[in-house]
Amino acid sequence: MNQPVPAMIKIAVASGKGGTGKTFVATNIFYSLVKNKISAVLIDCDAEAPNDLSFFKAEPLSSIDVKQLVPVIDTNKCTFCGKCHEYCNYNAIFLLPPVKMIKVIDDLCHGCGACSVACGYGAINERPVILGTVNSYSFYGLSSIIEARTKIGVTSPVPVIKTAIRQAGNSAPIAILDSPPGTSCPFIQTTAASDYVILVTEPTPFGLSDLKQSIYTLRKIKKPFGVIINRAGLGSRDVYRWMEENKIPLLGEIPFDEKIARIYSEGSLLAAEDPVYFDEFFELTNRIGNIIKDQITLALNK
Amino acid sequence: MKQIAVISGKGGTGKSSISAAFATLNNEVVIADCDVDAANLYLLFSPSEEEEQVYIGGYKAVIDYTFCSGCGFCADYCRFDAILFQNNRVIIDEISCDGCYLCSRICPEKAIRMIPNDKSKLYSGSFRNGRIVYGRLAPGEENSGKLVNMVREKARQVAEKYCLETIILDGPPGIGCPVISTITGVDKVIIITEPTISGLHDLERAAEIVLKSGRKPSVIINKWNLNPEITDQIRCWCGNNSIRVEGLLPFDKEMVNAMVHCKTITEFDKDNEISRELNRIWKNILNSN
Repeated sequence: MNQPVPAMIKIAVASGKGGTGKTFVATNIFYSLVKNKISAVLIDCDAEAPNDLSFFKAEPLSSIDVKQLVPVIDTNKCTFCGKCHEYCNYNAIFLLPPVKMIKVIDDLCHGCGACSVACGYGAINERPVILGTVNSYSFYGLSSIIEARTKIGVTSPVPVIKTAIRQAGNSAPIAILDSPPGTSCPFIQTTAASDYVILVTEPTPFGLSDLKQSIYTLRKIKKPFGVIINRAGLGSRDVYRWMEENKIPLLGEIPFDEKIARIYSEGSLLAAEDPVYFDEFFELTNRIGNIIKDQITLALNK
Repeated sequence: MKQIAVISGKGGTGKSSISAAFATLNNEVVIADCDVDAANLYLLFSPSEEEEQVYIGGYKAVIDYTFCSGCGFCADYCRFDAILFQNNRVIIDEISCDGCYLCSRICPEKAIRMIPNDKSKLYSGSFRNGRIVYGRLAPGEENSGKLVNMVREKARQVAEKYCLETIILDGPPGIGCPVISTITGVDKVIIITEPTISGLHDLERAAEIVLKSGRKPSVIINKWNLNPEITDQIRCWCGNNSIRVEGLLPFDKEMVNAMVHCKTITEFDKDNEISRELNRIWKNILNSN
């Protein structure tokens, strides 16, 4: 225990497959923490389809635009030498020297600035374009909800997600990050910024296949993790068998119950609505808390 | 040739199960799994893999320390916060590196090389009711829509080669680039939604992206009976936006059981209410313009 404990513990809730119940688990854990008088931040990193806010009555605090720079080419200064086109690795500069035509394709630009460096004639300026917003809300006094929201059709939600995580700073002892689905860049950005990852899956062949892929990815970036099986009782026992064989920690199960599905569908929180599940969710949250503490300690001492 | 894309803003609404059912209803088709970040259709179809292509998803910078002088010039230029100083050494944060090449171009010692990400693949083969094309993005790579374009191009070639009339595109979740790549230039876009507040929000965002591309989507409400009131809200929203609701599918555990048996619902239980409804919807879709 020589290493310093991180100021804010970040726990990502993720899944390879969409619709397994990430948002359901993240919002209910956040709620049970807050109700236990532990101030927390909920960061909705599913920037293409953010939904966490609809489960809470939260007070708006601030909204910031996330911007990226794209080049603007001054055709009076441009000599059509083609060096910017050669430097651009995203094919975002279209060039036809014979007819003196040069165009920037904003949608392909990643804002790396290589073209500005390339240009020897001072013909490139850069202007900001908006990729999305990061909206902050306060909830129950000291707790807060931060939402990453991309504009429709942007190339990558990563800059918006990064800004949202940065925005959380160290504002509370614990942060819950609701991750985007899949295992590509946005998933990696969210889980790499976290201390622990809760994977939510369902006992179906699709669920198992995507779980394997998520675990493979988390092992590569060396993140400790555990699994919650949602909609237990549906499907088959294959997920359980595979997890046992591979010694994957099972954090808990949430049964399939039409009542749960209905509460979620209305934009309500299970932990707030149903007294039976209220206790169960608290217990689940505490159990996860203890397992996480052990695993983080283990990871820190490695 | 008719191309039909099945998308949903929200994940887990039943896109893949429904696309797969459409693919096994009658004539042979080409099915293209465009959810390259979590490709799953091959699990249901155990296709023969007849062809494999490598997809270069991008590049990563690597420093050769025998040449690096530690000047940090590269760190000043990097806009992705991917170059850091650690123990007096310049290091690349692989997760943040966007592969833009700028550091390798400006390094005075020429100490930075760019390595291609070549772990992503495209597969093409046959399944029990036609041909299947699917991409698999390696973990951690950028899902820019380029692999989706490759999957679609291959699907088109395969359809021509085997004289197949219909291409079904099983789309990715979300509303980003890969979704745009999936719906660009198709004949029809179907959005699968579910009666939850999240489902409705995500339907609105998904519909907006289709409308922006100049077409009208139509909608299937899956698991409608889990919340009939929100189902009504969705129908009402569709009505107000002149978006056609193709049909409603009830929640039924048989849908999951079919998947466990590696079958589509229409193969597993063809007399099930869902199967009959999917049959009716598919006929309508094929006959509409």
